[in-house]
Amino acid sequence: MPPVPTAHYVFLSAALFTIGMIGVLTRRNVVIILISIELMLNAVNINLVAFSNLLQSVNGQAFAIFVIVDAAAEAAVGLGIVIALFRNKETIQADEIDLMKW
Amino acid sequence: MQSVLPSLFFYALATMILVSAVVTITRRNAVHSVIWLISTLLGIAGLFLHQHAEFLAAVQVIVYIGGITVLFLFVIMLVNLDEAAKKKQFAGQWKIVVICAGALLAELGFFIFKGAEGFYFAEPAGGSLQPNTQLIALALYRDYLLPFELASLLLLVAMIGAVVLAKKDLK
Repeated sequence: MPPVPTAHYVFLSAALFTIGMIGVLTRRNVVIILISIELMLNAVNINLVAFSNLLQSVNGQAFAIFVIVDAAAEAAVGLGIVIALFRNKETIQADEIDLMKW
Repeated sequence: MQSVLPSLFFYALATMILVSAVVTITRRNAVHSVIWLISTLLGIAGLFLHQHAEFLAAVQVIVYIGGITVLFLFVIMLVNLDEAAKKKQFAGQWKIVVICAGALLAELGFFIFKGAEGFYFAEPAGGSLQPNTQLIALALYRDYLLPFELASLLLLVAMIGAVVLAKKDLK
């Protein structure tokens, strides 16, 4: 059995996920919104690895690797969008990008 | 009775992760945010080591701290953030934030009320996590071969997409 209860890891993961979510919902800077999404993905990884350790099964760690792959892909595409956006609109404030808002 | 050191390690890392995460989402300057993000990611890599996921800890340091944060720093240098830093930093959605934080606090209250022993998770199936890298390789290349290939395809698409998006004119 792990010396630290798995429930503590789960709570840490929930807290980190909530912090990331608050960052996504409140910040105006698009780059910081992407950083907050990385925080949320890392919270998921903590959960996966904690249960992998509890169940003594390596599957959770394999899934954590897939999550890291997704995070890398998401960061690359997201930052590409930020660059395209800055070139066209000269702003990276999330609430100033309202062309489709009527 | 186990030694108290592993749990001390966990609580120190958990404090570091949560404090750095809060600082990350509140900084005005995006470069400072990224520096604090590195601190959070290092703490998470330490947690992976703590949980016998040595390979994943190495991947975390190499891919996240060595790759993704550098990508973030490059983009911050490419787009001009000086004006953004002077403007208002937070926008709306406070109602949903209060609901999220309230849900988390309710969870914490329930957690303290029941105690960590009150939560039942499945029993270990009698597997092993050591040797770590070898077992992950077996899982990735044997059990999850198709998802692994799909992940490589996803990375290829993301790479092409990022190049296309960031290119000036598509000629």
